[in-house]
Amino acid sequence: MTVEGEYLGMNIRISDLDQENQEFFGHCANHQLHLQKCDHCQLLRYPPTTACPWCASPDASWAAVEGKGTLHSYGEVHQAIQPAFREHAPYMLVLVDLDIQNGQPTEHEALRITGNLATPEGDLAPPELVEQVGIGSRLRIVFKDAGDCVSIPLWTLDETAEQPETPWRYPEST
Amino acid sequence: MADDIDGTTSKHLRGKYAIAGVGETEFMRGSGCTTRTLGTRAVRAAMEDAGLEPGDVDGMLSYSNNDSTPSTVIAGDLGIRPNFYMDVYGGGSSTEALIGIAIGVIEAGMCKTVAIFRAMNGYSQVRIGGTGGAGGRAPLSSGGLFGRAYGLMSAGQMFSQSFMRHMYDYGTTPEQIAMVKVIHSEHASNNPKAYYKKRVTVDDVLNSRMIVKPLHLLDCCVETDNGNCIIVTSADRARDCRHRPALIQSVVGRCSKPRTDMHYQHGPISTTAGYYGKDILWPNAGVGPEDIDVTGSYDAFTFTTMLQLEDYGFCKKGEGGDYVSNGTMRLGGKRPNNTSGGHLCEGYTHGLNMVIENVRQLRGHIDDSCPIGADGRRQHTYDYSEGGCRQVKDPELTANLGWAGPQTGSAMVMAKG
Repeated sequence: MTVEGEYLGMNIRISDLDQENQEFFGHCANHQLHLQKCDHCQLLRYPPTTACPWCASPDASWAAVEGKGTLHSYGEVHQAIQPAFREHAPYMLVLVDLDIQNGQPTEHEALRITGNLATPEGDLAPPELVEQVGIGSRLRIVFKDAGDCVSIPLWTLDETAEQPETPWRYPEST
Repeated sequence: MADDIDGTTSKHLRGKYAIAGVGETEFMRGSGCTTRTLGTRAVRAAMEDAGLEPGDVDGMLSYSNNDSTPSTVIAGDLGIRPNFYMDVYGGGSSTEALIGIAIGVIEAGMCKTVAIFRAMNGYSQVRIGGTGGAGGRAPLSSGGLFGRAYGLMSAGQMFSQSFMRHMYDYGTTPEQIAMVKVIHSEHASNNPKAYYKKRVTVDDVLNSRMIVKPLHLLDCCVETDNGNCIIVTSADRARDCRHRPALIQSVVGRCSKPRTDMHYQHGPISTTAGYYGKDILWPNAGVGPEDIDVTGSYDAFTFTTMLQLEDYGFCKKGEGGDYVSNGTMRLGGKRPNNTSGGHLCEGYTHGLNMVIENVRQLRGHIDDSCPIGADGRRQHTYDYSEGGCRQVKDPELTANLGWAGPQTGSAMVMAKG
């Protein structure tokens, strides 16, 4: 059955042929991050794929993964293109290195998750929150419900983690 | 074939093929015509430049993001009967890749002379900033749920993390990066065809409005309407054409990093496909970056020029900020880049205009404002002040570095024929 939903005024439609994404977002709907784990080489992967990027095995099982990580890099959108985002600008595009499997199987690889910075409730972060976050910030996953079988994963500051004193941010001109 | 070239490798094609003709329309905003008209004008201009008739061209290649007119229509309009044609999906990085394909199909005996064109109403119809088009309105599914759902859609949005990480990794500054625009604007001021001819300063760049941090408005390329074309044929045939041929020494086509499905997964994310492409480009050309006189490093954004120059070895990784700001890239400098003003200033064609510029540089026949002498050739002054010359003195070798994204790029070395 096609999964349908709506997020920030955008329609969501995941075909029942797209089993990998139905499963990924189905777990998100339960507010859990699950990733495919290769049955052959045991490596986790993101985003969902139809085979293993390291050993090409088509066989994988879904595994629960802790949604915690470090901000690897970011962009900050001041001129939003999509109407849904205009009222939220400047909003933050985040790229989060999950703690699990970081630096594996080679030094510069990680499960690097795309998303936005959000409040703990899963709303897009206001500018004063965006200004507190930079490369090195510790983030945790949150979910915004978008339909019966789909929620959107987003990231917020991890209140329980030790944060860097000054996370790296784009140098502001003086 | 030169004696020192191993005939069992791709190196035996070095210098065997050439670009014999180049042509373009004006760079406009509001062309007032279809991409069919733009493509037809560009191909016709390139045939005229080469001194070829429609019957001499028997192959066509084009690339587009479904925003152009197919080869068959342009060929029909001009009376070209193709023995081969193909229209490829894609934007940046297509130019050099298609030149490689043209060499391959000629080598295979499928045709003899190939016109490669890009025609686009990049301002008045399908804007590259992603502001229009059905893609932004279609329901979110697989790929869109990891991108567009997050307002991660335009090129600038998708590349911003790679650019930002370079600043973090290497201490690259906004002022250094802004110099790419400054230098390309100087070059454009000597290019009567350029859409933006005004010289700008570092402050102009940094004071322009922020689009997506770290990109200010002036870190981003212009959007224009235009058609561009080059004609590839054997070096022997090219020698019978009107101009000195630009010999193709080596090509790299859509060479990619691991994880093309989502390149962020394989870092360093501030490393581009040029890291891999360089190992094809230089050995096949038989030269290295130190031998190159002029570069055409794709400037969809100021950062893209820098990242590729680094990864192809024009400077050490991490020293790109210094390279692009120390005067090396300026006309009169050691190795000028994008002497036309490139995508930041001349116009946006997904890379084809940067190849055209280097062909004209190698001919010694850049179309600047220098006076034309009695022999019909421009008398270049090599005075690079505003409104002056933009011909590099006696260039022997050029390199084009094409960009699709951090994950995919193409490249080409050309030599004076």
